[in-house]
Amino acid sequence: MLESKIPAGTLEHKWTDYKGHCKLVNPANKRKLEIIVVGTGLAGASAAASLGELGYKVKAFCFQDSPRRAHSIAAQGGINAAKNYQNDGDSTFRLFYDTVKGGDYRSREANVYRLAEVSSNIIDQCVAQGVPFAREYGGVLSNRSFGGVQVQRTFYAAGQTGQQLLIGAYQALERQVALGNVKMYTRHEMQEIVIIDGKARGIIARDLISGKLERHFGHAVLLCSGGYGNVFYLSTNAMGSNVTAAWKAHKNGALFGNPCFTQIHPTCIPVTGDHQSKLTLMSESLRNDGRIWVPKQKGDTRKASQIPEEERDYYLERRYPAFGNLVPRDVASRAAKERCDEGYGVGSSRQAVYLDFSAAFERYGATEASITGIGNPSKEQIVALGKQVVKEKYGNLFDMYEKITGENPYEVPMRIYPAVHYTMGGLWVDYELMTTVKGLYALGEANFSDHGANRLGASALMQGLADGYFVIPYTIGNYLADEIYNKPISTDHEAFQTAEKMVRERLESLMNINGTQTVESFHKRLGKIMWNKCGMARNANGLQQAITEIQQLKKEFWSDLKIPGSINELNTELDKAGRVADFIELGELMCIDALNRNESCGGHFREEYQTPDGEALRDDANYMYVAAWEYKGDHYWELHKEPLQYDVIKPTQRNYK
Amino acid sequence: MEHYTMNLNLKVWKQKDQHAKGSFKMYRVENISSEMSFLEMFDVLNEQLITAGEDPIAFDHDCREGICGMCSMYINGKPHGPWQANTTCQLHMRAFQNEDTIVVEPWRANAFPVIKDLMVDRSAFDRIIQAGGYISVNTGNAVDGNAILIDKDNADNSFAAAMCIGCGACVAACKNSSAMLFVSAKVSHLALLPQGGPERHNRVINMITQMDKEGFGSCTNTGACEAACPKEISLTNIARLNNEYLKVSVVAEK
Amino acid sequence: MTWKQVFTSSVGKKLVMGLTGIFLILFLVVHAGLNACIWADDGGVMFNRAANFMGSNIVPRILEIGLFIFIFLHIIQGYVLEAGNRSKRKVGYAIAYGNRGSKWYSRSMAILGTILLLFFIVHWKQFWIPSRFTGMEEVTLPNGLQVHNLYALMRETFSQLWVVIFYVICCISLGYHLAHGFQSAFKTLGVHNKRYQQMLSSFGYGFAIVIPAIFALMPISFYFHLIS
Repeated sequence: MLESKIPAGTLEHKWTDYKGHCKLVNPANKRKLEIIVVGTGLAGASAAASLGELGYKVKAFCFQDSPRRAHSIAAQGGINAAKNYQNDGDSTFRLFYDTVKGGDYRSREANVYRLAEVSSNIIDQCVAQGVPFAREYGGVLSNRSFGGVQVQRTFYAAGQTGQQLLIGAYQALERQVALGNVKMYTRHEMQEIVIIDGKARGIIARDLISGKLERHFGHAVLLCSGGYGNVFYLSTNAMGSNVTAAWKAHKNGALFGNPCFTQIHPTCIPVTGDHQSKLTLMSESLRNDGRIWVPKQKGDTRKASQIPEEERDYYLERRYPAFGNLVPRDVASRAAKERCDEGYGVGSSRQAVYLDFSAAFERYGATEASITGIGNPSKEQIVALGKQVVKEKYGNLFDMYEKITGENPYEVPMRIYPAVHYTMGGLWVDYELMTTVKGLYALGEANFSDHGANRLGASALMQGLADGYFVIPYTIGNYLADEIYNKPISTDHEAFQTAEKMVRERLESLMNINGTQTVESFHKRLGKIMWNKCGMARNANGLQQAITEIQQLKKEFWSDLKIPGSINELNTELDKAGRVADFIELGELMCIDALNRNESCGGHFREEYQTPDGEALRDDANYMYVAAWEYKGDHYWELHKEPLQYDVIKPTQRNYK
Repeated sequence: MEHYTMNLNLKVWKQKDQHAKGSFKMYRVENISSEMSFLEMFDVLNEQLITAGEDPIAFDHDCREGICGMCSMYINGKPHGPWQANTTCQLHMRAFQNEDTIVVEPWRANAFPVIKDLMVDRSAFDRIIQAGGYISVNTGNAVDGNAILIDKDNADNSFAAAMCIGCGACVAACKNSSAMLFVSAKVSHLALLPQGGPERHNRVINMITQMDKEGFGSCTNTGACEAACPKEISLTNIARLNNEYLKVSVVAEK
Repeated sequence: MTWKQVFTSSVGKKLVMGLTGIFLILFLVVHAGLNACIWADDGGVMFNRAANFMGSNIVPRILEIGLFIFIFLHIIQGYVLEAGNRSKRKVGYAIAYGNRGSKWYSRSMAILGTILLLFFIVHWKQFWIPSRFTGMEEVTLPNGLQVHNLYALMRETFSQLWVVIFYVICCISLGYHLAHGFQSAFKTLGVHNKRYQQMLSSFGYGFAIVIPAIFALMPISFYFHLIS
C-alpha cells in the first residue's frame, strides 16, 4: 500500500533525474487546471505563489484575517542552507547528514537529500524577493551557528527570520492575487475534503464570518496547514493552529505518519498558572551564552542570588561535558524535566530551571574592558560592560522575557522550562509529497517527511519553503499532466453535496449538545492528559491510561459540551469546538503510536527504553520504519510500515558526552 | 516580582455584526492574577460569559507572542494598551490595579469596519500590498544571494521597516485614520534594497492610489502612529515615502 | 503619473501644503525683517521707506500676487484635507489617545490655521486695504518722497488694548502653527535623513519662537511706548 516513489539512481542524482523525466503540463493547459491550497504559512504561501506564477488557477485558504499572519511568522532563529559562504566545510551532503542524524535516523534519505539540495535556491529566491537578511559590512550575507552542528549555515534576520520569510512569500502570493492567478479566501476554514473516484477534487470550507459553508473544486488539493502541537493545549503554537484539515484528510483515507514524534523545546517561559493560554519560546541561541542550573539542595526556596556557586548544579555540564549547555533540544528538555521531577525545580511552581547569564556578563565584560583599554577594571565595571554586549546580542529576547514575567533578566537569571514546539509527525507523503489519497498533497509541517524523530533548529523554515517553492511545482505537474482531459467538476456533484451535508450535520450536532462545559475546559483537560502521559517521557502504562482517559473525554465532549450562539454567524466557540473535537481523536492516535513504538528515539522517549545512564535507546532492528496509520473507524487504526532504508548513511547511537 | 490578584470593571464595545449598531457593555471579572496576559483575562471573562449562557466577546488574536499582528484592542484610549512598543497579547495584567475600570474599543476607521465586537476587517492592508508591495520575481529567477552586495546600513534600515506586523495600530492611533506608516514601512523596506529598485516608481504610485481608494486619511505628521506602533516603525519612513513620491512626480514620463 | 494624479492623491495634496507652507515661511521672514525697521527709532522713516519700496516696486508686487495665490491654496487645501481626514472615522473613540501619542498643536493645525485666517482678515482690513486701495495719510520722507504713513497707522492701531491682545494671541497661534508646520513641511517634501531632520526640527522650533515673538513685540512696543 505504501509506495514512496523514490526515484532510482544514486542519491545525488535522484532529484535531478526526477526533474528531467517528470511529466509536464503546457502553459495553455495549466490555465485550465485548478488547485486548492489550504493554509498560507511558508509552505502554503510559497506553493500558492509559485503555482500561480506557473499559470495554474489557484484558490488559497486561511483562517486568519490575512495570509501574512500564519504561524510561520513566529519562527525566531533562522533558516539553514548549504551555501558554504563561510568556507567552513559545509556542503549539500553535510546538511543532509546533519539532518538525518539530528532526526535520529527516522527520516527518508532521498527526501532529506533533496531538501539539502534546494536549500541554496531558497536563500537566493528570498534575497531576490527582498527578504532583508542580516549582512556583514562588506554587503555579503551573514551566517550564524545553530543547534549543535559544526558549521555556520544559518541565515537570519535578527530574531524574526520567520516573519521576514513569510512576508516574502506573502508578497509573492499577493502579487499573484493582484494578477488574478490566485484567489484568496481569508477567514475561511477547511471543514471537509471531497473525494471523487478516489481522487481529491475539492473541499468544503466555512466562511468564519457568516458561518456559511462553501464548496470549492480543485484538480488537486494541497494541505499546508501546519503542525498539531496544540493537541497539548499549551504549546508555542498560535492559538488557532489546528489539525482539522490534516485530520479530515486522514479520516478520508490519507495515512498519518509518526504521529507521536513531537518536539519539546527546552527554553520556554514557564507556566505561571491555570490561566495560561500559550507558551512563549526563548530562542535556542540563548543557550550559546546562558548556563543552565538548579540548586543542589532539594526544594531550596532561596532566591537565585542567595545560592552560592558551590551549591548550584549545572546539570547539563555535569552530565554532558562534551556538549554542555548545547546538547540537542530533546536531550536538554528531558534533563530539565528530570531535575524538576526530582524536586530541584525553581520558581513558585517548582517547574522551572535557571538560565543564567552572569558568567557571560563577566566573560564578555572582561573582553570588552581589554578592548576599550580599561586597566584593572572593577567587577561592577566588567559586569556592566558585559551586560551591554549581551543586550546587543539578545536585547529583544530579554525585553520579551521581562514583558511576560515582570522580571529583569539582566539582574536575575531567567526561569525556563520545556514546552511543545513542533510536530515532526504528520500526513504520510511520498517523494512527490502526495498523500495516500490521489491528488491530495501535504507540505511543510503538515507532512511527516524530513525531520525524522527530531528536527534540528532552523530546518523548519527550510522545509516549508523547499516544499512550496521548489518541490511541488515539479511534482504536481507529474500528476496534473494526466488531469488535462478532465474538465472541472461542478460543485453540484453528489460528492460535494454529501460532504457538505456531513459538515452541516457535524456542526449541528456540536451545537445541539447543549451541555454545561466549555470547549476551552475540554481542551485543557486533553492537554493535561497528553502532556503528562504522552509528553517528554512516556511509558506503556501511562499511554494505556491516556488512551482510556481520552476515549472517556471524547464521550464527555460529545455529551456535555456547551457552545453559545448559532451556526450561521461568526462564532469563535464553534470554530474552536470543531478543532478540539479533532484534537481529541488525534490525541488517541498519538498515544497508540507512542505505545506501539517500543524504543526511544529523538523526541520520543519511552522510559522503558533507555541506557543505564538515562539516554534514549533506539531499536533499529525492529523500529526502523515510518509508522503510517490508516483510519478504520472510531478508535480503530491499522498500522502500515514503510521501512527506512539507509544506503548512504550508517545509523549510529547519538552520543553527546 | 510580587504578584497580586485584582477585581476589575470592563467597559467593552459590543456589536453584533458589521451593520448592527454597537454599544458599550459593562462586565466584572474577579480574582485576576497580575501574571496573566490581557487576553488571558479576556479568556477568563469569556469562560464566565459562556457558562452563564451569555454571548462571549469576539476579538482577534493568534500567536500571542507579539508577532502575527492579529490582536487589535484599543485599551483605555491607546492602541494595544498602556505599554510602549507592545502588542495587546503581550500586555500583562500587572499594568493594572485592583478595581480599575478598563475601556476596550475596536480599531476605529472607516477603512477598518467592525466585523463583530472588537474584531475589525483589515483586508484593506492586503489590497494595498497587492497594489505593489512586492518585488516581481518569479520562483527560479533568482541570482546567487551574494551576487548583489547590499550596504549593511541599508539592509538594517530595510529590516527595521520590514518589522511591521500589519496590525493597524497606526491607523487606529491616527486622528486622520491614515495608513501612511504602514504603507511607508513597505515602500521603505523595498526601496532600500537594490532588488526592489526597478519597480520603486510604480510601487509608490500604485500603493498610494490604493491607500486613497481604501478610504484612509492623509498624513499630517503628528507622530501618533509612531508612538503607538508595537514595532517602533519610525516616522522617517513616511518622509522616505514622500521623497519617493516627489521624485516620481518630478521624473514621470507622462 | 499625470499632474492631476500628483495633486489629487493624498500625498500630493500634502505636497501642496508643504510647498505653500514653506513659501509662507519665507514671506514671514521678509515681513518680520521689514517691520523690524520700526525699532530704528527714527520716527518711522526707515520703516515707511521700506514699506513704500514693497508697495511700489514691480518685483514685490508680482511676488505679492504669488503670495496671495499660495495663501489661498494653503487655506483651501488645508480645509479640504481637514474635512476629508475628519470624515475617515465615522464612529469615534470613547477615550481619545490625546497627548500621549502626539502634540496637541500637531493635531490642531486647522484650528490654529483658522485663528490665523481671522487674523489675516483683521490685519488686511487694518493695514493692507487702506494702503493699497482706500487710501491713507501720507508723509514726506527726508529725501522728499511722498509715501503712506504706515508707521502712524500702526501707532494708532496699536494704541487700542483689544487689538494688542488680539495680535498677541494670534502670534502665539502662529508660533504653534509653525512649531508643527515647519518640520512637517520638510517631512512632506521627503527629507528623511536623520541628520537633516534633527537640524530642521531644532531650527523649526527656534523659528517658531523667534518670528512670532518679533511680530508680537510690535504691538507691545507701540502700546507701551517702548519706541518714540
